[in-house]
Amino acid sequence: MKITGAMLICLLLLIPAFAGADDAVYGYPIDNSYAATILGTPKGYRPDLHGDVPVKTMVLETDQDTPEIFYYDRGLRYTVAFQNRKAPLVFLIAGTGGSSRSSRMLALMNNLYCAGFHVVALPSPTFPNFIIDASTTHVPGNLPDDAADLYRVMEKIWSQVKGHIEVSDFFLAGYSLGGTEAAFVAKLDEERKVFDFRRVLMLNPAVNLYNSVSRVEGLLDRIPGGTRRIGAFYNHVMAKSTEFYRKGDFVAIDDDFLFAAYQAQLLNRDEAGGMIAVAFRIGSAGMIFASDVMTHGGYVVPKNRDLKNSDSLDDYFWTSLHLSFLDYFNEYFYPYFQSRHHGLTKEELLDTLSLKSIESYLASSAKIGVITNEDDFILAPRELDYLRRVFGPRLKVYPRGGHLGNLEYRDNMAFLIDRLRSSTW
Amino acid sequence: MCSNAIKFIFKTVLVLLLSGCAAGRAYLPDDIPPLHTVSEFSDDENVSRTGDPWEGFNRSMYKFNYEADRFVLLPVVAGYEKMVPRFARTGVSNFFTNIREVQTFYNCILQAKGKKSLKTLGRFLTNSTIGIGGLFDPATAFGWRRENENFDHTLEIWGVGTGSYLVLPILGPNTVRSASGFAVDGGVRWAIMNSIDPFGGTGASTEIETGITALETVDLRYRESFRYYDSDYPFEYSMVRYLFSQERELKILR
Repeated sequence: MKITGAMLICLLLLIPAFAGADDAVYGYPIDNSYAATILGTPKGYRPDLHGDVPVKTMVLETDQDTPEIFYYDRGLRYTVAFQNRKAPLVFLIAGTGGSSRSSRMLALMNNLYCAGFHVVALPSPTFPNFIIDASTTHVPGNLPDDAADLYRVMEKIWSQVKGHIEVSDFFLAGYSLGGTEAAFVAKLDEERKVFDFRRVLMLNPAVNLYNSVSRVEGLLDRIPGGTRRIGAFYNHVMAKSTEFYRKGDFVAIDDDFLFAAYQAQLLNRDEAGGMIAVAFRIGSAGMIFASDVMTHGGYVVPKNRDLKNSDSLDDYFWTSLHLSFLDYFNEYFYPYFQSRHHGLTKEELLDTLSLKSIESYLASSAKIGVITNEDDFILAPRELDYLRRVFGPRLKVYPRGGHLGNLEYRDNMAFLIDRLRSSTW
Repeated sequence: MCSNAIKFIFKTVLVLLLSGCAAGRAYLPDDIPPLHTVSEFSDDENVSRTGDPWEGFNRSMYKFNYEADRFVLLPVVAGYEKMVPRFARTGVSNFFTNIREVQTFYNCILQAKGKKSLKTLGRFLTNSTIGIGGLFDPATAFGWRRENENFDHTLEIWGVGTGSYLVLPILGPNTVRSASGFAVDGGVRWAIMNSIDPFGGTGASTEIETGITALETVDLRYRESFRYYDSDYPFEYSMVRYLFSQERELKILR
């Protein structure tokens, strides 16, 4: 009896140890999912890269007249890094509101280039530059439409560069919403066969765009005064950070400063989550405004107004910042598509925003794989189960890292590159 | 060519000033009201505290700077990077930084910062001699950190308010006070140069000085990584204005 009792205690003690065994081996250092998302991977944990990466931003000129207020926009900007010998080419798709040069894109680009790939990075279809120049509807978020736009852009880029580089095979990868879009682009490619992608990687993708954005928006529910008080909340966090900066001996607002703030637990969990949602709102404000100007939608800008470059945009900025993605969906996105497809119900539209709409393809296509994290807050627990069910062994789940925080961690990068190269999962 | 460019800038500024400074408002009387307007969200605390009464002028100037970068400055900087090797570019940067130590020196004195002014003087003398006229920066290698002072900061210490936000041609985001400070520092430098007249014996001092000013402009642009509308963000102007005031606030804390 005594022995069994002791064993039981040992077992109980061991269970968490076993459950966490994978955890203990995995060396990504930040276990708070919001902090991981904000901080990313500290320098010492990233792969050592050698040599210069010839990163160049290119412009795909479009023939449409851009409104005066977008005078600086002269075509779709994408970023490339090309090898000077025959090599496989990876197309990358950025996440919500991301440009082709966002820090995560550049990290992927540098690592993939050093691993011997040609890289072509594309902005997210939700990025203002894409909305203005490359979107057929100028209303982003409809995954099949966005995938078709992305595919057309890829074809145009390929026809521009194919005389200059030698390509052995094509690959595709995207992160966050870009990961979800990669799945739709891959499916389109099965019909069109222009690239015949060898492998497609979805990095921390959303299963359902609407659900994931709702979860990010939900982070604002926990800030003081609720979603309508994001300005006050932002000021509060900035005041705290400024005070911390003033007291410490910091050279600049950089990674070291942010990491020190994290170690000092400057922000509590709700505040860290709130800041992620604020960053998301800043991106979505640009998206809403750009789309509204392009469609003359009368959503935040008067329908009949042609904005001049000297016009103040502050009021539109403030308004757009206070609109949630759910407002955008219900008041702008859905009516737009309803007016084009008579009788379209909200549920039908919502269904197209999910991986479930192409589930049978994803389940049967051996070339597509998913990498995500147990604590990625853009996924509901049942959505992670869904990914497990659909992708089976083609899904890799890391124990922590939040939303893309561990993307640059050396084990993650090595695994990602290995999955692109290998012929089996 | 240089003086033509300056004339062009002044003309543009004048036209913009005369055409009125007020920015177009978000909603005009004959507009069809959009679904959401800013009045719905007036219960939230405002984030930006920078007054921008000349927004229309500032925004036009912002555009002017974007175009000047695109057509003149950035191509020149690209040529400069291509033709001049990196060590020479660093030398040029060091040289102009060394000249600016003079500005830091007298502003430290005006601000009654004895220790800082001595350190700056030491740096200037070291770099001008051992550093061969400022082309090298041995002072930093000796562990003397460079201070940076200007008349804008002096005015601030004297209790002068910042004044409104002002986007200047080529120079970009400023306030009325920082623009005045810049003018004063420029004037002092001109007076010093005039009294020393280092190129007086050459018979071409105006040309040489113009060349030096041009090189300094190129060096300044070369060292500044900011590119107008690199963000592709429609509200970049507002963001830059906010970050500009935020950065100033943080600098003051140091």
